[in-house]
Amino acid sequence: MRFSKISVSENKEDAQTMSFFAGSYDVVVIGAGHAGIEAALAAARMGCKTAIFTINMDWVGNMPCNPSIGGTAKGHLVREIDALGGEMGIAADKNTLQSRMLNLGKGPAVHSLRAQIDRREYSAYMKNVLENQENLYLCQAEITDLFFEDGNWQTVTKLKAQYSSKTVILATGTFLGGKIYVGDVSYEGGPDGTFAATELSKALYRLNIPIRRFKTGTPARVLKSSIDFTDLEVQQGDSEIVPFSYSTNPADLKNKVVCHISYTNDKTKEVILKNIHRSPMYSGQIEGVGPRYCPSLEDKIVRFADKQRHQLFIEPCGENTQEMYLQGMSSSLPLDVQIDFYKTIKGLENVKIMRNAYAIEYDCVDPTALKPSLEMKQHIGLYGAGQFNGSSGYEEAAAQGLVAGINAARQVLNREPMILARESSYIGTLIDDLVTKGCTDPYRMMTSRSEYRLVLRQDNADERLMELGYENGLVCREKYDSYLKRKAQKTQEIERLESTYIPPSEKLNELLVKMNTVKVNTGVKLADLIRRPQLNYEILADFDPNRPELSPQVCEKVEIEIKYSGYINRQLAAIAEAKRLEVKKLSPDQDYDAIPGLRLEAVEKLKKIKPASIGQASRISGVSPADISVLLIYLEKNRRL
Amino acid sequence: MKQSTIAAIATPAGEGGIGIVRISGPQAIRVADKVFSSASGKRLEQTKGYCALFGHVSFEEKTIDEAVALVFRAPRSYTGEDVVELSVHGGRYVQKQVLRAVLAAGATFAQGGEFTKRAFLNGKIDLSQAEAVAAIISASGEQALRAAVSAKSGKISECIESIKNSVLAAAASVAAYSDYPDEDEEFSGINTLSDRLSAAVCELDTLIKDYDNGRVIREGINTAIIGTPNVGKSTLMNYLSGHERSIVTEIAGTTRDTIEETVLLGDIKLNLCDTAGIRDTGDTVEKIGVDRAKQRIKTAELILAVFDASRELDPDDIKILESADPARTIVVLNKTDIKNLVTASDFDRFPLTVVSISAKNGKGGNEIKKAIENLININTISSEGVYLVSERQRECAVKAKRDLQEALDILQDGMTIDAVGTCIDDALATLMELTGQRVTVEVTDEVFKNFCVGK
Repeated sequence: MRFSKISVSENKEDAQTMSFFAGSYDVVVIGAGHAGIEAALAAARMGCKTAIFTINMDWVGNMPCNPSIGGTAKGHLVREIDALGGEMGIAADKNTLQSRMLNLGKGPAVHSLRAQIDRREYSAYMKNVLENQENLYLCQAEITDLFFEDGNWQTVTKLKAQYSSKTVILATGTFLGGKIYVGDVSYEGGPDGTFAATELSKALYRLNIPIRRFKTGTPARVLKSSIDFTDLEVQQGDSEIVPFSYSTNPADLKNKVVCHISYTNDKTKEVILKNIHRSPMYSGQIEGVGPRYCPSLEDKIVRFADKQRHQLFIEPCGENTQEMYLQGMSSSLPLDVQIDFYKTIKGLENVKIMRNAYAIEYDCVDPTALKPSLEMKQHIGLYGAGQFNGSSGYEEAAAQGLVAGINAARQVLNREPMILARESSYIGTLIDDLVTKGCTDPYRMMTSRSEYRLVLRQDNADERLMELGYENGLVCREKYDSYLKRKAQKTQEIERLESTYIPPSEKLNELLVKMNTVKVNTGVKLADLIRRPQLNYEILADFDPNRPELSPQVCEKVEIEIKYSGYINRQLAAIAEAKRLEVKKLSPDQDYDAIPGLRLEAVEKLKKIKPASIGQASRISGVSPADISVLLIYLEKNRRL
Repeated sequence: MKQSTIAAIATPAGEGGIGIVRISGPQAIRVADKVFSSASGKRLEQTKGYCALFGHVSFEEKTIDEAVALVFRAPRSYTGEDVVELSVHGGRYVQKQVLRAVLAAGATFAQGGEFTKRAFLNGKIDLSQAEAVAAIISASGEQALRAAVSAKSGKISECIESIKNSVLAAAASVAAYSDYPDEDEEFSGINTLSDRLSAAVCELDTLIKDYDNGRVIREGINTAIIGTPNVGKSTLMNYLSGHERSIVTEIAGTTRDTIEETVLLGDIKLNLCDTAGIRDTGDTVEKIGVDRAKQRIKTAELILAVFDASRELDPDDIKILESADPARTIVVLNKTDIKNLVTASDFDRFPLTVVSISAKNGKGGNEIKKAIENLININTISSEGVYLVSERQRECAVKAKRDLQEALDILQDGMTIDAVGTCIDDALATLMELTGQRVTVEVTDEVFKNFCVGK
């Protein structure tokens, strides 16, 4: 070990402290949460020498909020991560306590997988994967400084170890400038009783990175034996579990626990309203903006004042713990109020809180400072991912981490960045939304964020992304081959069903009448029967003697693509239409001041976002359709000149 | 690249009391100051927006005319730029002189639709308003103008906006319903969805029907004047168009071809077509005319079948009456000034509207107008109403309606909500294209193709 150069901090107290050279890497990842893990694994697996730093080695891949992965749109993200060669899906499957496919009645576009996860086991699994990954160095350290020098990024730990790297990925989560709020008590800290990263923000300010404050919150964890489950509704897992990962054998998955449902009542409301002034959110102590779609209970009670009750799910945190998570009940009210209001809820009359609910405020970047590759516009080689980019949720974080990791590696390998278009995936939609529209509160993925829900289904994530995953070297040959096989089987079976006619028969008409659909008098195409809303692939098996033996996944795809072909085609047409604006490219050096007719607000926004295409420009808030017409005409004029 | 300053005569050609030369662009006020001198000596540069100065316009040291200069300052003007409007006395010559002076002072001649294009590009008007301006320019007939004006003032945009908003609410409820897991009772369902969709379908249907009726107003009714020879078809044509267009003689078979003319009958625009008298004829040339007349009868939206009141109906007359389509035919009994050998009651066995007139003396014109109004139900279009103003708009409305209807149908059939959502999303996109809130590549060029200079 040798001493390297002296880094001079602007802070006088720290001035003249010696740092020592601790190593040279291709990729340095700051933070080992869901974003950092995917980033580091992707980079290392793509052959880059990678280091990942965590503030606490025992909290790698922690779930400081709900002990579950997936849910509406989030389940889609996990499937996409898996198709691209990320780790989250496999890790979730390995540590599943209970699994459910949500929204089964609402159509294939919104079927969403969600699983309860053993959070300690998940964390241990992830730590183990990182430890055993070739090219990857996992290290406990708080990063306190970051700067660019001698053609490389310099990352400095609190203990003055200085790491030099070609690229750095910021995946700091809620640790960056973290501050905990419980009633009128507040203190610096990270999630789950960890330390906050208190120094790094200053370095980011020095780099002119636009930093702002968001907040989020979590409910209490309570002692299982203090809950009276007698009258609570039980929620079972699915009898047939669909795994997240395309590599997982469904037979390996079993439901190990149940969840319970209870409700708040008038008494709960009364306790909260009586003490609302003691909430740091309402007294104005917290300046950070909280997630709209994941409000605290006091928020819900104030905002939806006429709602009689709010639902809560009681979810186990693991197989070997008494800790239960109270989903939907996050709060930043003082601890005495928390105890009081939780006890008003049926089943929780004698509840014992093990960990209190709290709000956490943290520093994050305005994501419009990022390119669609997740690299900073102003800083070559510096990437952001996860909550640092203004999102919320483990899945959103992992998705961005994977993209940032892949792109940092591609940069090191001198390859073009991988940009996922909106129509390719929820991941692409998530990133496009963040870097184009920005966000005013922690961004949560929802199916309604995508215009192309019926195309971006959870069942076809492999067809949309696995090619890319394979090309990046993150999906192994075996997994890729099995995808190709599924795809071929699907195509063949659809062709067969589209060309097979079955004769009318008494038996068939009996079934049709039973299913409330019209009888047939002449031969009918099997595909046309499947298209009827009342019928499905499986129910027609008896009339289809030549049906090949296919896996449930392939059958599902076949049915969806036949049944919904008309609607899928509608969206494919919409995608083609949108693409016509996407292919009209704008240069990042475009001088928007020189374009006559653009409104001032539009000029400012366009200068800030630097959209890559007219299509992206049209999604910037503050750029009106009239501005887009101006841009179109301007481009057309230039083209003709 | 700097935005140019443009100018053009903004009032329509023809003799009017006042003509306006409009100048728009960053140099508009400076250009106007070069040609206009106010009586008070105050310069336009010193004038606030929305202020008018009286004075005169001169060109090459010579005074052209007295004028009022009205100043608009950006962005509070039609185009969103600095604008000066010079009102001078009517007379195309004077206006052209003023325009020439303005162009010499540094403005460039405005391309067709350029003022409106700038208004659109500067966000002053939306696409449907821009289309309405095109409609006003080409509008003839008071109802057509009123329709166009209501669109220009944003009524049509408001109306489509309100339909769009209810479709948006439908799309949002589908999205919210999908986003909330079914196990969660936070979202209580989408019970109002089909009501909402039906209402939107209904409103779009009204818009489309009004447009179809309104097209008749805007573009005129294709009207054929038919009859046996020498019943006074050409006299009626001349009477309706107010001047001698067809050659009127007493020799039967004078009109050997079809003659066309657009006339205004009050609010109603008629594309009149005078046809050759229908009779069996040996004359080859006349026969061609008769065949054309018969062709016209097939395609006309309105047929004025003329009969001579001063003589008995002959077999050719009866043939015409027997083949007449009551939905679009009006019997015009002419020459009532000469003799009334035939009266309205003689037509009782035919289910046709009969009007007695004397085209020669100008009697009965009002009755014809009323009969036309009744026949084509022109009063079903309220002049207060809102109208779509172009085929593009109609196409969008039809497409949106079709998509919403499909959404309703499949919802009824028990199709899942995500599929229903795709239909609603498509309808929403179409409606947003209609209001200009969504830009497609073709739309801008498409709209501005049809503008004339001035507006």
